[in-house]
Amino acid sequence: MKKLMMVIALVLFICGALGGINYSMNARTSTSGSKTLNIYNWGDYIDPALITKFEHETGYHVVYETFDSNEAMLTKIKQGGTSYDLTVPSDYTVQRMRRANLLEKVDKSKLPALKNIDSRFMNLSFDPHNSYSVPYFWGTLGIVYNDRYVKAEQVQHWDQLWNPAFKQQIILTDSARDMLGVALITQGKSVNATNTNDLRAANNKLKKLMPNTKAVVDDEIKMYMEQNEAAIAVTYSGEAAEMMGNNSHLHYVVPSEGSNMWFDNWVIPKTAKHKKAAYAFLNFMLQPKNAAKNAEYIGYATPNKVAMKYLPNKVTSNAEFYPSDKVTKNLQVYKDLPLRVIGEYNDLFLEFKMTK
Amino acid sequence: MHKKTTYLIPYMLWIGLFVIAPMALILYQSFFNISGHFTMGNYEQYLTNGVYLKMTFNSILYALIITMSTLLISYPTALLLNRLKNKQFWLLLVILPTWINLLLKTYAFIGLFSQNGSVNDFLRFVGVGSHQILFTDASFIFVAAYIEIPFMILPIFNSLAELNPSMINASRDLGANSWQTFRRVILPLTMPGVKAGFQAIFIPSLSLFMITRLIGGNRVITLGTAIEEHFLVTQNWGMGSTIGVVLILAMFVVMYLTRDRKAKGGRIQ
Repeated sequence: MKKLMMVIALVLFICGALGGINYSMNARTSTSGSKTLNIYNWGDYIDPALITKFEHETGYHVVYETFDSNEAMLTKIKQGGTSYDLTVPSDYTVQRMRRANLLEKVDKSKLPALKNIDSRFMNLSFDPHNSYSVPYFWGTLGIVYNDRYVKAEQVQHWDQLWNPAFKQQIILTDSARDMLGVALITQGKSVNATNTNDLRAANNKLKKLMPNTKAVVDDEIKMYMEQNEAAIAVTYSGEAAEMMGNNSHLHYVVPSEGSNMWFDNWVIPKTAKHKKAAYAFLNFMLQPKNAAKNAEYIGYATPNKVAMKYLPNKVTSNAEFYPSDKVTKNLQVYKDLPLRVIGEYNDLFLEFKMTK
Repeated sequence: MHKKTTYLIPYMLWIGLFVIAPMALILYQSFFNISGHFTMGNYEQYLTNGVYLKMTFNSILYALIITMSTLLISYPTALLLNRLKNKQFWLLLVILPTWINLLLKTYAFIGLFSQNGSVNDFLRFVGVGSHQILFTDASFIFVAAYIEIPFMILPIFNSLAELNPSMINASRDLGANSWQTFRRVILPLTMPGVKAGFQAIFIPSLSLFMITRLIGGNRVITLGTAIEEHFLVTQNWGMGSTIGVVLILAMFVVMYLTRDRKAKGGRIQ
């Protein structure tokens, strides 16, 4: 026992000493505390080279923290005790944070580079006039298929998923709003439907998809699709881009009859302490070359119109990720629904998952 | 007397902070609906909504199947282990997997059971052809049982080790055959071990949620899955807590039914 304790103490001492040296070396290279910028972003959602570039150009020191869901981020900021200068909520979360009075108004006179954003992606329902948010990336919900098992023409529309030929072949995303949204679209309804009868009808339709359903999961979809575990999956464009990078048999389709379109946006929380740095960073990220570099690294679609010029033609002409106006016209953005309705969506979805 | 109370302080603090307070909070939360109003609606919904009743039924059924299959494997294993020469070593091998993180073991099974996994490779090799193994009830029960087995073997092994060999000798001397000895002497005397194993497996099995998701692909929904969903996605803490209260009650029922009945005395004393 004594020997064991000695060994453990020794290991702890070595780790501590090395950590201390590392810390002191980092502390020397970074700039003083007053010129810092605290960013709270999704994991792996920025090109790290851009942060270094920003630090070099402006002399600010960036403290970067990550989260993995809108809800987790919202809860942390709501509870206070944080001092993030910038964070990246999705569309409906911007609306929710705005209502909860958690956001600082964006002073557009300090953001000359905002003009680079495509007007299609400004002034959207979740934040009219972009008083609180600056678009970062956008994308869609769609169908990923593996061309070894499925032909392209078999999966161009949502309704085709109900084809009995796809028995036990489809992986669905584990999200009530996304999946009920798909069923609502096939019935010609809005993805923001709040009418109980519409929701029930959509859920009844969704239940008929169960025989074709292999699994209902989130992040695991990427792994399963890359390993050819399933032929078809319903997932987001960003996830799809990553899968396709690792498995050339995979393709992504946004059904032309409509789908969900999502936006991730920079916002400045009320708790921000370094607003000047935040504006400097936003302007930096809105620079076309930087936005293009970032979009190339992340693989999501950039709303920055000028940046498109700096992206390889292969990327921007890709109708899967930069859909044509005809498709874009039918895409719908989620609105923040009342809690009661969200509860209804989730109860129905649980009921769907219980069907065999 | 004074000394005794000072010893009690850490225990009391522990029980108060980590057992009683959380249970009280769960009970308190279960009386609020999604908009934060006091209500009995969650219990009403639980008891009248077919979805929750079906979920409860499924969870109990799955938990029972998992517990019974572990028992079926564990008892003979424990008997065998007790007769081996280096039994502590063999027992160590059984316990070894519990030192590995649960999540890692589950991910290993994804690798084994997937379309291109080792099991399907083998099935193709012997000419059976590949099958859908992942995301089925059978694979869920298999993995859950695999993970729980050490917790069943251990208490049974211990009660077998404590068994006085003269009891068995006496039974044989009095003319009982092997089966009668097992049925009338060994089994009743090791019942406390079986009950302990049952308690250690049945209740956690009711609320398994990670395996239902990773191995069952959310095609198997247990009470645990529903709690996870209500807390993380729906943010309906009231309903999640209500299911939590049901699980706590289930725990008390199981504890009561499997309690030690030494005081009353059994057939063998």
